[in-house]
Amino acid sequence: MTMNILKRKAKKQKQSASHKKWTIGFLIAAVVIWIFYTYIMGNLPDGPQTVFQNWLPPTTVNEAMVWVICALGLNIVVGYAGLLDLGFVAFWAIGGYSAGWFMSTFFQQANFHFLSPKDVAKQPGIHLTFWVVLGLGGLICAMFGIIIGAPTLRLKSDYLALVTLGFGEIIPQFFTNGENIGGFNLSNGTKGISPVDNISIGPRILGPFDFSWKFAIFVFLTAVMVFISLRLRKGRLGRAWLAIREDELAASMMGVPLMSTKLAAYAVGAFSGGVGGVAFATHVNGVFADRFNFSISIILLAMVVLGGMGNVWGVMVGALLVAWINSTGLPAFGDLVNTTFNTNINFPSYNFLLFGGVLILMMLFKREGMIPESRLKAILHEADDTTSNVGGAH
Amino acid sequence: MSIFTSGYQARLDRRRFFERSLSTVAGFGILFWLGINFVKSPSQFFQASLIGLSNGVLYALIALGYTLVYGIIELINFAHGDLFMLSAVFSANFITVWFHKDSSGPAAWGVFLMCLLTVMIFAATINVGIERFAYRRLRRAPKLAPLITAVGVSFVLQFIGLRWNGSGPKTWNSVLPAGSFHIASVSIPFTTILSFAITAPLLLLMSWIVTRTRQGKAMRATAQDQDAARLMGINVDRTISFTFALGGALAGAAGLLFQQTRGLTSYNLGYQLGLIAFTSAVMGGIGNLQGAVLGALLIGLVQGLNDGLPIGLGQQWSQTVVFSILILLMAFRPTGLLGKAVTEKV
Repeated sequence: MTMNILKRKAKKQKQSASHKKWTIGFLIAAVVIWIFYTYIMGNLPDGPQTVFQNWLPPTTVNEAMVWVICALGLNIVVGYAGLLDLGFVAFWAIGGYSAGWFMSTFFQQANFHFLSPKDVAKQPGIHLTFWVVLGLGGLICAMFGIIIGAPTLRLKSDYLALVTLGFGEIIPQFFTNGENIGGFNLSNGTKGISPVDNISIGPRILGPFDFSWKFAIFVFLTAVMVFISLRLRKGRLGRAWLAIREDELAASMMGVPLMSTKLAAYAVGAFSGGVGGVAFATHVNGVFADRFNFSISIILLAMVVLGGMGNVWGVMVGALLVAWINSTGLPAFGDLVNTTFNTNINFPSYNFLLFGGVLILMMLFKREGMIPESRLKAILHEADDTTSNVGGAH
Repeated sequence: MSIFTSGYQARLDRRRFFERSLSTVAGFGILFWLGINFVKSPSQFFQASLIGLSNGVLYALIALGYTLVYGIIELINFAHGDLFMLSAVFSANFITVWFHKDSSGPAAWGVFLMCLLTVMIFAATINVGIERFAYRRLRRAPKLAPLITAVGVSFVLQFIGLRWNGSGPKTWNSVLPAGSFHIASVSIPFTTILSFAITAPLLLLMSWIVTRTRQGKAMRATAQDQDAARLMGINVDRTISFTFALGGALAGAAGLLFQQTRGLTSYNLGYQLGLIAFTSAVMGGIGNLQGAVLGALLIGLVQGLNDGLPIGLGQQWSQTVVFSILILLMAFRPTGLLGKAVTEKV
C-alpha cells in the first residue's frame, strides 16, 4: 500500500518535472526567437537573411502562434473532454469579426473610444483597446459555444460532430452574406473589414510590420492558454473532463454533471478560439470572410491529433509543425528540391496527399500522436488486445 | 407516484408541449411562405420544385451510401462525397476523352450505359479498397480514430481528383438528349426525366438486395450485432465489404448523372454535396434506407424552393438553410423523420 502511494507520488513529481522542463524550454525558445528577430535578423548578411526569409519569415512564426492558440482551445474540447468538434473555424471567424467590429472604423455611425491607440482618436467607429477586445471576442465565442452546445451536447458523439460541422459552415456563410442583414451591413460581405486598429501597449503603438513585438504578445497569449489548460487539467473540472472522455456513463454515475461539464469544455475551447481570432485579425490587419473555411477546422484537428490529443506540449509542437509546413515549409522545401535536382515539381499541390496520408498512417500506427498523453495512449490501445478474435487478417 | 418522478414527468411534459407548439408554428410559417409564393407565381413554384426534386434524386443516391455504411459500422464516411467526385471525373473522362463522345446520339447513349456500369464498378472497387486498407483495422478502436481516418481518406481522394481534373472546374458536353417539353409554362428537361428513370430502378434494385436476398439478410444481421452475426456463421468482413461496394456503386451512378446533367466537374465537388447528402441521411433517420431517400428528396426540394422562389432567401443562403435544418433536427429530433429511438448500448 505504502509502496503504491510512494510510486504514485514519484510519478506525480515526474509529471510536474516534465511540465517544468517543457515550460522552461518554451520560454527559452520564445526569448531566443524574439531576440533573433528583433536584433539579429536585420543585421545578418544577405545570404543567410534570404534563407531565413524563405524558410522561416517572422510573419510565418506569428501566424503559427495564432494556430497554436486555437489548437490549444480545440485540445480542451477534443483532447480533454473527448467531444469531436469539426466546426472550430466558426469561433475563429467570430473572434476575427469581433476585432473587426470593435477596433476599426467599420461602424461609421458610432463613435466610441476606450483606451484606443492615439492614431485613431479622431476617427469614427468603435475603438476599444486590443486587450479588451481579446476578452470580449473570447466571451462572445464562449457564448456561442454555449448556445450551440446546450441543445446538442446530449447527442451521441457522431451527431455532435455533425452539428458542429454545420455550425462551422453556417457562420462563415453568414459573414460572407452579411452585407445586408435586413438592410444592415454587419460584416461588409466578401470585401471584409480592413484595416483594424493597431495594438497599443501604453503609449507605444505597434504598426502592422512590428513583427517581433507582436510575436512577444502572441507568445504571451499562448503562455496564458497553456497555463489555463494545465491548471484546468489538474483541477476538478479537468478531472471531470477526462472522466467523461474515458467513460461517460461511469462518470455520470460518479456524480459528474455531464451537461455542464461538457458545456464548460465547449465554452473554454471557444474562448481561446475567439482569442486566436482576434490575434489573427491584428496579424493580417483585417478580417476577410473567404478565409474561414472547413479546411481550417480540419487542419486544427490534424494539429491536435498529430501532436498528441490531451497533451498541451504535444499539441503545441504539432500546431507549430503543421502551420509551418502549410505556410512556408513545403514551398521552401519544394524550391530546394527543384533547384538541386533541376526538377519542376509543384510541391504545395501535394498538400492534400501529405495531410491525408499522414492522418491515415497516424491513425493506423500511432493513434496517440507524436508526444502522447500516457492515459490516452492506454485507452486508444485498449482495443488492440481484444482484436485477435475479430475476423480478418491483422 | 413519488415526488421525484412526478417532477421529472412534469418537466418532460412541458418540454414536449414546447417542442410540439414550436414545430406547429414552424409548420404554419412554412405553409404560409409556400402559399404566398404559389399565389404569386404558380409556374415558378412548380419549376423550382422540379429542379429541387431532380437535385434530391442525386442526393438520394449519395445519401444511401452514407446511411448504408453508418448503419453497419457506425462510421460517418467522410470520404464518400469525394468518391462521388472521383466518379464524376471518371465518367467525364470515360465518355468524352476515351470514347470521344460529346454530342447526343444512339452510339453515345450506348457509351453512356456502358459508362454507368463501369463507373459503378470503379467506385465500388475504390470504396471496398478504402474499407480494406483503412477502416477495417480500426473497427474496434475508439470512434474518433476511424472518423479522422475518413477525413484523411477524403483528402487523399481530393488529391487524386486535383491531379486528374486540374485545380479549376471543367465543363463538359452532355451526351444525353438536350431540350425539354412544357406543361403549362413549366419546362421539364429530358435529362431530369432520364435521371429519374435511371435512379428509380437502382433504388428498387438496392432495396431488393437489402430486404430480399441472403446477402441483405447478412447485412441487416451484422448491423444489429456483429458478434452474434459472426456466431451465426456470417462472414462479417465480407458483408461489410459488400455494403461498401453497394454504397460505392450508388455514388458512382450519382457521379455519372451529375456530370451528364450539369456538365461540370471539379475536385472539391464532393465536399459540399457530400455534406448535403449526409444531412439528408440524418434527416431521414440515419441507417434507415427509405428515410435517406425521403430526406434527400425533402432537402433537394427545400433547396430548390429556397433558391428558385420569388420570395425566398435566395441562393447565397442555400447552405445556411440546409445546415440550420440539420441543427434544428439534431436538437429536437435526433433520430430523424423515420428513425426509431434507440437506447444506446452500454
